[in-house]
Amino acid sequence: MQTPIVVQEVHKNFGEVKALRDISFTVNEGELFGLIGPDGAGKSTLFRILTTLLLADKGKATVNGLDVVKDYKAIRKIVGYMPGRFSLYQDLTVQENLDFFATIFNTTVKENYGLIEEIYVQIAPFKDRPAGKLSGGMKQKLALCCALVHKPTVLFLDEPTTGVDPVSRKEFWEMLQRLRQKGIAILVSTPYMDEAILCGRVALIQNGALLKIDTPQQITREFSKPLWAVKAKQMYRLIQDLRSFEDTDSCYAFGEYLHLTLKHGEADVDKLRAYLQPKGHEQFDMVPITAGIEDCFMELMKSEKQQ
Amino acid sequence: MQPIVTNALTKKFGSFIATNAITFEVKQGEIFGFLGANGAGKTTAMRMLCGLLRPSSGTAKVAGYDVYTQADKVKQNIGYMSQRFSLYEDLKVKENIRFYGGIYGLRNGEIKEKTERLLQKLGMEAEADQLVSALPLGWKQKLAFSVAILHDPSIVFLDEPTGGVDPVTRRQFWDLIYEAANRGVTVFVTTHYMDEAEYCDRVSIMVDGRIQALDTPRQLKAQFGAESMDDVFLQLARGK
Repeated sequence: MQTPIVVQEVHKNFGEVKALRDISFTVNEGELFGLIGPDGAGKSTLFRILTTLLLADKGKATVNGLDVVKDYKAIRKIVGYMPGRFSLYQDLTVQENLDFFATIFNTTVKENYGLIEEIYVQIAPFKDRPAGKLSGGMKQKLALCCALVHKPTVLFLDEPTTGVDPVSRKEFWEMLQRLRQKGIAILVSTPYMDEAILCGRVALIQNGALLKIDTPQQITREFSKPLWAVKAKQMYRLIQDLRSFEDTDSCYAFGEYLHLTLKHGEADVDKLRAYLQPKGHEQFDMVPITAGIEDCFMELMKSEKQQ
Repeated sequence: MQPIVTNALTKKFGSFIATNAITFEVKQGEIFGFLGANGAGKTTAMRMLCGLLRPSSGTAKVAGYDVYTQADKVKQNIGYMSQRFSLYEDLKVKENIRFYGGIYGLRNGEIKEKTERLLQKLGMEAEADQLVSALPLGWKQKLAFSVAILHDPSIVFLDEPTGGVDPVTRRQFWDLIYEAANRGVTVFVTTHYMDEAEYCDRVSIMVDGRIQALDTPRQLKAQFGAESMDDVFLQLARGK
């Protein structure tokens, strides 16, 4: 079996804009690989190159051993692609969309029903409804069914969970885990950092360049600085006080807490406490914590900028 | 005056009840998080509160105006910003400010004065003649937010203002929200990021057209025995 996705030193410019800079990575068999980064990072451009819809300026990429330039016709038959923008036919019903995509790939819904069954049963009650009238979560499920209907060996999902609520997002990822177990290699992109943890490996991408490729566990393990979670009754005042402290390295809001790094780590803690003492913060709490993917991403963004 | 007061506010589309008798108040200077699953009725509720959609029944006053009889007044006295659409990319920074100032009926002198003050405050004087499309995302957001409150509304509606934005810019945006709230601007915000729910003074969660929970993040977590707002949300939205 060929490696599902191999990307080697791919570059792409749009005029002055460097959309992709020297991108290299590999997605292995049965792997759920996440491309994590904000809007404009270059995720969709990379997807379009890998699905043979766009030519790279430089570099090489293969899907299942097939070259994205030379073998584009063969690639199109074996990959499933869910573009970022909802791209099913809004005026066709759920059932008609599925039949349409099956027919295009010279197959029938029945033939590969086993693969989509679990997802399809959730939208089956709406099978006669036009796709345009479905809710966000339902649209995503239908789009996934359409991308799977010809039993692809590699699946490309470009931001399938953007704008989708946390519950539907969770269900969607559970479906991806099961598809992965069926041996389908999946490349999925997302702007939600918390979804990184659900991938086998991830590449963090920002401004067209990869910041890091590894398992999410390893990435968080490599966070180099001691990190604290801090809170007090008046969070807005606390954030301003902490940012004015001379030895604060970074201070960001993270849900209920602020995440804080100090220039000299542990050595600054006593000084910080002494600095905060006269400010009289009520219900003050400061505990050491381990970093999450989002902490790492922000740290990597910062070092990227300094380079 | 409370910026938002509703009583049994309802919207039906045929036999479908999109928003089902919601009753709540938003206080002056509060950051109010309006959460719910896709299809729970958030957008419909928000459209009614912004004077864009006539309710089927119930009452609502926004910025002191009745959404049935004074919808135009409502529109003039609120700010609105969404992630998807807020600034014209092919207009210059200064043109965008002028455009929104005009829309909100500010006089020319006022617009001129406000433009200068705003550009100075944002540190964007040098970019006044640049196209918005050329600005970095963080700056665009700052500008979009400032433009949404250019006419000094007592309340601003933010519809998923941080979707798809990088983690640093997302936090910078919340700094702006905090700052505005600190000045007394009421902020009504929707988001799919549950960590952002924690930044709100109070949060409501809609499920199937109804407000199923409304309290401070701390109280909600206690009430549901949850570790995080994510847990609270999952319990509510899944437990139907």
